[in-house]
Amino acid sequence: MGELLVQNKDIVIPGEKLATGMDFLPSNGSFRSNEDVLAQQLGIVNITGRSIRIVPLTGKYIPKEGDNVIGAIADMSFNNWYVDVGSAYQAMLFVSSVPEYIEKNADLSQYYNFKDIIYAVISKVTRSKVIELSMKGLGYRKLFGGKMITVMPSRVPRIIGKQGSMITMIKELTGCKIIVGQNGRIWIYGDIEGEKAATEAIMMVEQKSYKEGLTDEIKNFLESRRKIE
Amino acid sequence: MKKENKETKYEKRFDGRNFDQLRPIEAKIGIIKNADGSASFKMGDTYAIASVFGPRDLRPRFLQNPQKGTLRCTYDMLSFSVTERKRPGPNRRSVEVSLVTGWALAPVICLDEYPNTVIDVYIEVIQANAGTRCAGICAAALALASAGILMKDLVSAVSVGKIGDKIVLDLIKEEEDFDPATDIPIAFTPRTGELTLLQLDGSISKDELKKAIELAKKGCQTIYDLQKKTLKEHFSKMELENDIQ
Repeated sequence: MGELLVQNKDIVIPGEKLATGMDFLPSNGSFRSNEDVLAQQLGIVNITGRSIRIVPLTGKYIPKEGDNVIGAIADMSFNNWYVDVGSAYQAMLFVSSVPEYIEKNADLSQYYNFKDIIYAVISKVTRSKVIELSMKGLGYRKLFGGKMITVMPSRVPRIIGKQGSMITMIKELTGCKIIVGQNGRIWIYGDIEGEKAATEAIMMVEQKSYKEGLTDEIKNFLESRRKIE
Repeated sequence: MKKENKETKYEKRFDGRNFDQLRPIEAKIGIIKNADGSASFKMGDTYAIASVFGPRDLRPRFLQNPQKGTLRCTYDMLSFSVTERKRPGPNRRSVEVSLVTGWALAPVICLDEYPNTVIDVYIEVIQANAGTRCAGICAAALALASAGILMKDLVSAVSVGKIGDKIVLDLIKEEEDFDPATDIPIAFTPRTGELTLLQLDGSISKDELKKAIELAKKGCQTIYDLQKKTLKEHFSKMELENDIQ
């Protein structure tokens, strides 16, 4: 019968045996070889029911349907933009999926030009890794001003925190507008001091993401920073 | 010419090791900040660093393969890595080693998952004392794993050889230059025990080659244990405590 060889949150390396027998199913980041389930990627084990998933610790952003991402316009065609979202593939943003009404044969650079930063949602990822973006919906827009920083995509859940606890706290204490993209890009907009403080706080979260009680630590850090000013 | 000289006695190794003993090995992860994954691997005096970039867009476009990704390996010895200055830049030897390194690594990488892209592996040897391609492969396997590339297994490599009348593990420069010397770099996938690289320079009988491969397998197991330990130790430090979304 099947036997589980690892526990939740264990770190596994590629090729490591996770479970034997047909009782367990390979999911993202794992595969079946003969009767065993093996890790395909370096990451943390996440067991839900019978399926074993590996949550990657490093690596490029893997696009997923429904992710909110921040991207930069990299190229243009006659009816779509190519957007760099930090993954191995360029994402496509079609004229039909932007909020503005765009006439036929219009000059697309008038709407979104090269190097413009946009906040959009991934509407589709095909098997041949064609990524389609959409900007229809609440809050998706071109981002003006502010600054953009890049963190590891695997750290994004920690930066957001449980029910957004971490990011709300940073927003409140620095007075900045912050948008976090699932692809590890973070847009910060506010006054110079606030932007600086928010950047440092986010970098701290990224580096110390393994620590417990990090929200309080960041809170202390931001409050003590404010006192000095 | 002098066939009778072939079976020269080789009593004791130049550095006093046992015939089936590896040099001290050491590995490190994450030494290059800008790379997606990087690692260094030290085998005695041989020191190789590997960096992985990608998967990323492959240009020119006609090189792209819509069925599977491309693995591009570049091996280079830095000019100060050997006692006599090596002329910088690629040469005949480094082109060959780049190719065989790619062939040794490709079977374990799930390239089907990365169509139209390229994974770049750069291996730099900063200090050389024989077995540089093996150290490079070991470092590259670690770097690939730390870059989060989908792989079926790691790769461990070691050189074996026949020096005089003895089968020895992990040659050094003096042994490579010994008169009847056969140098066999071997790469294994440790889980399945498959050979991904075997080159042979010199002459050896069939039985002896079998013995040499067995010896290399043992050496690779030791190297694999180190690779595994290094990866786990490095990443357990940065483990996410909670909230996996």
